[in-house]
Amino acid sequence: MPSVSMTVNGRQVSGEVEGRTLLVEFLRGPLGLTGTHVGCDTSQCGACVVHVNGQDVKSCTMLALEADGAEVRTIEGMANPDGSLGVVQQAFQDNHGLQCGYCTPGMVMTAAALLEKNPDPSEAEIRAYLEGNLCRCTGYHNIVKSIQAAAAALR
Amino acid sequence: MAKDSGIGAASKRREDVRFLSGSGKYTDDINLAGQAYACFLRSSVAHGRINAIDTAAATAMPGVVAILTAKDFEGAGGLPCGWCVTGKDGPMKEPKHPILAEGKVRHVGDPIAMVIADTKEQAQAAADAISVDIEELPAVIDMKAAIAGGPLVHEDIGTNLCYDWNFGSDKAETDAAFETAHHVTRLELTNNRLVPNAMEPRVAIGAYDRSTGEHTLYTTSQNPHVIRLLMGAFVLQIPEHKLRVVAPDVGGGFGSKIFHYAEEAACTLAAKLVNRPVKWTAERSESFVTDAHGRDHVSTIELALDAEGHFLALRTDTLANMGAYLSTFAPSVPTYLHGTLMAGNYATPLINVNVRAVFTNTVPVDAYRGAGRPEATFQLERVIDMAAREMGIDPVEIRRRNFIKPDQFPYQTPVALAYDTGNYHATMDKLVEIADIAGFAARKAESAARGKLRGLGIACYIEACGIAPSAVAGALGARAGLYESATVRVNATGSVTVLTGSHSHGQGHETTFPQVVAEMLGIDEGQVEVVHGDTGRIPFGMGTYGSRSIAVGGAALVRATEKIINKARKIAAHLMEAAEGDVEFANGTFSVKGTDKSVGWGDVCLTAYVPHNFPHETLEPGLEETAFYDPANFTFPAGAYAAEVEVDPDTGQVTLCSFAAADDFGNIINPMIVDGQVHGGIGQGVGQALLEHAVYDANGQLLSGSYMDYAMPRADDVPFYAVDHSCQTPCTHNPLGVKGCGEAGAIGTPPTIVNAVIDALADRGVKHIDMPLTPARVWAAMQG
Repeated sequence: MPSVSMTVNGRQVSGEVEGRTLLVEFLRGPLGLTGTHVGCDTSQCGACVVHVNGQDVKSCTMLALEADGAEVRTIEGMANPDGSLGVVQQAFQDNHGLQCGYCTPGMVMTAAALLEKNPDPSEAEIRAYLEGNLCRCTGYHNIVKSIQAAAAALR
Repeated sequence: MAKDSGIGAASKRREDVRFLSGSGKYTDDINLAGQAYACFLRSSVAHGRINAIDTAAATAMPGVVAILTAKDFEGAGGLPCGWCVTGKDGPMKEPKHPILAEGKVRHVGDPIAMVIADTKEQAQAAADAISVDIEELPAVIDMKAAIAGGPLVHEDIGTNLCYDWNFGSDKAETDAAFETAHHVTRLELTNNRLVPNAMEPRVAIGAYDRSTGEHTLYTTSQNPHVIRLLMGAFVLQIPEHKLRVVAPDVGGGFGSKIFHYAEEAACTLAAKLVNRPVKWTAERSESFVTDAHGRDHVSTIELALDAEGHFLALRTDTLANMGAYLSTFAPSVPTYLHGTLMAGNYATPLINVNVRAVFTNTVPVDAYRGAGRPEATFQLERVIDMAAREMGIDPVEIRRRNFIKPDQFPYQTPVALAYDTGNYHATMDKLVEIADIAGFAARKAESAARGKLRGLGIACYIEACGIAPSAVAGALGARAGLYESATVRVNATGSVTVLTGSHSHGQGHETTFPQVVAEMLGIDEGQVEVVHGDTGRIPFGMGTYGSRSIAVGGAALVRATEKIINKARKIAAHLMEAAEGDVEFANGTFSVKGTDKSVGWGDVCLTAYVPHNFPHETLEPGLEETAFYDPANFTFPAGAYAAEVEVDPDTGQVTLCSFAAADDFGNIINPMIVDGQVHGGIGQGVGQALLEHAVYDANGQLLSGSYMDYAMPRADDVPFYAVDHSCQTPCTHNPLGVKGCGEAGAIGTPPTIVNAVIDALADRGVKHIDMPLTPARVWAAMQG
């Protein structure tokens, strides 16, 4: 089996994978980073969003081998160095932006990527950017509020 | 001033920290040493006879541990149905629901064989290599065809009619009221079939310990004790003390994770057969054809009115799809959760409901957020709106004119329920305010200036929550009690562990339950921890559904905490050498009336566990109490909703511009969480009204079987919602005065939105459009 190496949340990792192994399978399996979730099989739900070289990517839609040499960041890498919740994470807690928590890692990673690109998004821009992330619990109301609050906190 | 802790405080959710940091523990995150992986070969046809299954080639493939078919489950029972409805002709027809298909397949997705292999990929590859000889039979999908001589889903019961149930007022008396009424409005409508789509797909992991004979099932369940009871007693014959069911973090349920599914029994039994843990994780496309679907009613509703628009009588005739087998609570949904709700918020004197439940070659249909109550509310609120329009009465006014008045409570409806409390005029007044209904005309004119058709929709709802008084449920056919349990374990240093039979899969029990206990004991919320979701740790429980957690589980928690306080008071009286009757308890301190003697909570707890100075002759050491709470009645949350939509006349596209909800949930434990529950319910209601539809073709293929085809609501399909729950008429029969809030949004929203779209199109003669109101349907309706 081919081997793959990448940096995940600042840590150098490597492993042997099948050619067909998806990035999300590599993260959840050998690396044990189960914070990244799988909610569908058609690249629609966004529960698996991670950052690859600073870009938000659906990790179910990328082979592990494609991430060879990449910098990968997952939900486990979003906390502050002291382990407390990072700004985007904290905004989600403060604004009740999650209920069952299953879509949440993807939402946080997507929100963080949006705010990197656009520090002051309008409500419409936030909603449009969340097009690829499904949530069944919140009706999106408090997710949008959370992202607005995170944007304000980061500015 | 808003409280910052205890009952009524918007305490932040403690469970969020693990969910936000990626350290939640969902079932698929669990991996047991030596586990094998299961893959189910499923029917690709809706109806067929299995002539032969050849597993020889698949069995020889790499990594394959075993391939199981129906004959390997011969000793097991079928998946049981938990509710028996008795219709006009006696008890419902109850066909066997085998774990794996026996002789026939009855819907696309019906499991035929279970492959167990070292890896998931090997299991999948071997499943693909199984050769099944299926003789395809004509499928029956349409309910009317099914009961008009269509192919039989189950030959052994000789009919596709599960039951024919009539309920409520005398039929002849109701019909007579229609004969003499000033006006009759009649509406035929469909309540569209939905797929619940919790974001976490279902997972089951079976394990067996040969040294103890104990089975463990890890599963995505809303009610692990119910699964233990159903699977242990009826399917696999495993006694409770040898079967542990664990439902850890669960990623949403909405009803679909109440039921006992075949994969749970298959993985549990297979783990013993292959002597390894066996794990199955659903693919989303598998969820679409195996998770119980929701709704799918076809109804005719008629409303008789006098000249002033007072409701005289109501009658309905509904066909309810059961799918191919009876899911756990399926028969109760169109009957006792639907027929009983047809009075709505109104004092209609005569109501007769008829429901025929029908088998078809589709996925089983069961409770989905609201469960029967959305179907009732949709019919009622649509026919009222249509009647108002036909008679030229304002939609708010016609509702007000017919509301049960505040002084009429308790109110006995003609459809069995007795509402304890409510004030529907107050919620309507609140709605008129928060929705700025007075400003609608100006907004409509502004939309018109942009070429858009604006509509305002109003709807009310009532729901029966806090399911349910066991004696009532039992008399109506439930095969289970519907109480809840709580154990309050006070530790020696005064902290508290709560063991609850309720299950949190998004509702926030880990935060709200401590708010209740902390308030009662006068201690910090952080001193209270909640344990749930494990039959090995919790005494018993009936789980979370029907908005019952706080109304039933919370009430059990109050009862157990009261027992704790009573015992602690005895200990305190002993320590202070006072009579028990003179001891008061407030803010975590016991004191003797009229003296300066007091003893703190911590000292009493320590004394309970270090009983050196203790009333041993009358009291046992320790401080732990359990309570089972069986409610005296349902609770009846109610509210009034308003939506404004814009319709693009060129394309039929509907845009939801605003949504307002005025709810009466009785007392509130955590307003932040209540808001969130309403938001989520509205979101799902928007989905049903505008987007979602599980569509079968005539051959029984599910055309909307993935997120590419099944339109889930997304962030840009919805606006912010205005929600208000300041109108509060506390429940009169549970100790917290709470009513439950989990399903309200999903119940009240669909008719609100449809009423708004019809309002927008009324000038064009459009009277009704069935959900979902897709651009194609709306455009077609506008063309006449």
